Amino acid sequence: MSHWIIAPIVLPALLAPFIVLAARYHIGIQRALSLAGVVALVVIATALALQASDGTITLYRLSDWAAPFGIVLVADALSTLMVLLTSVLALFVLLYAIGSGWDNRGRHFHALFQFQLMGIIGAFLTGDLFNLFVFFEVLLIASYGLMIHAGGNARMRAGVQYVLFNLIGSTLFLFALGAIYAETGTLNMADLAQRVALIGPEETVGIRVAAVLLLLVFAIKAALVPLHFWLPSSYAEAPAPVAALFAIMTKVGAYAIIRVYTLIFPPELAATQGLHDLWLLPAALVSVAIGMMGVLAAKKLDRLVAFSVIGSMGMVMVTLSLFTPEGIAAALYYIIHSTLAGAALFLIADLVRTGRGSLDLTAQPPVAGAALTAGFFFVGAIAMAGLPPLSGFLGKLLVLNASFSAPQAVWIWGVVLVSSLVSILGFARAGSILFWKAESMTLEGADPSGSVPRPLSYVAVGGLIGLLAAHTVFAGQMHGYTSKIAGQLFDPAPYMLKVLDTPGKLSQPKEGH
Amino acid sequence: MEFLVASAIGILTAGGIYLVLRLRTFPVILGISLLTYAVNVFLFTSGRLTIAGAPILRDGVTHYADPLPQALVLTAIVISFGMTAVVVMIGLGAFLGSNDDHVDDQPETETADAEGRS
Repeated sequence: MSHWIIAPIVLPALLAPFIVLAARYHIGIQRALSLAGVVALVVIATALALQASDGTITLYRLSDWAAPFGIVLVADALSTLMVLLTSVLALFVLLYAIGSGWDNRGRHFHALFQFQLMGIIGAFLTGDLFNLFVFFEVLLIASYGLMIHAGGNARMRAGVQYVLFNLIGSTLFLFALGAIYAETGTLNMADLAQRVALIGPEETVGIRVAAVLLLLVFAIKAALVPLHFWLPSSYAEAPAPVAALFAIMTKVGAYAIIRVYTLIFPPELAATQGLHDLWLLPAALVSVAIGMMGVLAAKKLDRLVAFSVIGSMGMVMVTLSLFTPEGIAAALYYIIHSTLAGAALFLIADLVRTGRGSLDLTAQPPVAGAALTAGFFFVGAIAMAGLPPLSGFLGKLLVLNASFSAPQAVWIWGVVLVSSLVSILGFARAGSILFWKAESMTLEGADPSGSVPRPLSYVAVGGLIGLLAAHTVFAGQMHGYTSKIAGQLFDPAPYMLKVLDTPGKLSQPKEGH
Repeated sequence: MEFLVASAIGILTAGGIYLVLRLRTFPVILGISLLTYAVNVFLFTSGRLTIAGAPILRDGVTHYADPLPQALVLTAIVISFGMTAVVVMIGLGAFLGSNDDHVDDQPETETADAEGRS
């Protein structure tokens, strides 16, 4: 059974070149293959998540090399949950891309989509820091292609910014890895955790620099202020399905922070004291504030959604930076919510673009297909702004509850509550301009410049909204499960034991190596 | 030797950062290339500097070079080389399309980029 762990990485990796080589001129075959691949991915991910749900940690050693010498893939409850989230999101995004015809506006959409999935899922499953870097690069290379899919000058310019920013991030990642290897002599996460704990208090300079560099890299991925500047342009200019898929990419950064800073640099480690509460928390609070102010200030709907993604990532990081089991459980609940809500909103923005011809937040003739689009926008906005009854509200309650006993509770409560109000204003303003003020202009005889979106687009968006509703209805079970994951993260001994003590080739190295 | 290698990494990084802050695609790409050279040398030295050490375990040899950073640096070189090629192509596409090689958003253009910098 343990071979199934690598299946979600191998499947897209094989499917993507097959799509390029065998079906490059047949969009129908590409769609069928890509859809079949993603459905299979959902099935495999569900099986893996079920397998890990009782706390079992499954290990896959590539070429059977024992842990610190070879690369390992580890499927524990956290990584399988993220893999499942990715594959389910990918299914609906792919349905939207097919339904709206975005995949046919440029070439190789489906191949790049599969490579992107391979990179994201690989980053979630790997148990080796350098391998994490490699999977980051895989997902980045695919995302460069997807980002400029369908071309256009504005998109190309945003693409240049996106690529350059991420190239600098990759370079920083390599500096961090070099520093870690120079200090500890290993890059396997479990092995690192043991060796970092052994470093004496007087020799922590190098490892502290490495820990901060690594945090910077993951903060770039997670678009934490002040490292968020790449996000608004690139997410707003990217094709809508791509932007919706990118909603999971910021979470890769959050996942990496959770993994590395619970396993390798746990909060009680003396070498990285102050990193979480002194640096991460204020940056996260500023992210929440800037994101929600951006929502209010945005002049176009796609920018508004991009800033709301920054704000919700800030919310995730606020509760993450507490590094308590309650905080991590709340963060994981909010990560699922914010991925689904962000993706749904990007797709809804595209529905508006299809029906209206532009995304400017100025009064214009009515949106074609307005009834359904407006309904979806209403639900999506409620979810993202955190109003009852949807999961955004429950997520914020969990965040507030987890931070209640923290010493910075006043700040957290103040920023979260005030910025929620600001974002509600922002979404209400956007919605009323888009859908209500338009009604008064019908009398002037202006003809709508858009067309009604296709039914499959609505199915995809409706599916994401349905998932959000399910995330709300089953909030008790979900939060119970994320609490269990947090418990597993704060008890890393079984993880290390599984990774390091499972026998394989080179299990018993010779003395003196 | 340590001093030479360390100062080489430092000079490459400083030059790279200076060029990255130039805000035109060509100098920025050059700067990123310099940064990747610096990081490659840095990765190479992370296994300690040794001269004439054997990379593979053998009987009767006690002086080893660490082979892992060499593998890491190969991966890093391949990836950074490929990435540089990609960014050159995209940058060229953006320059030819809009006849402007600024990396940052220009304030005078009305094309929706003004609030991206808020």
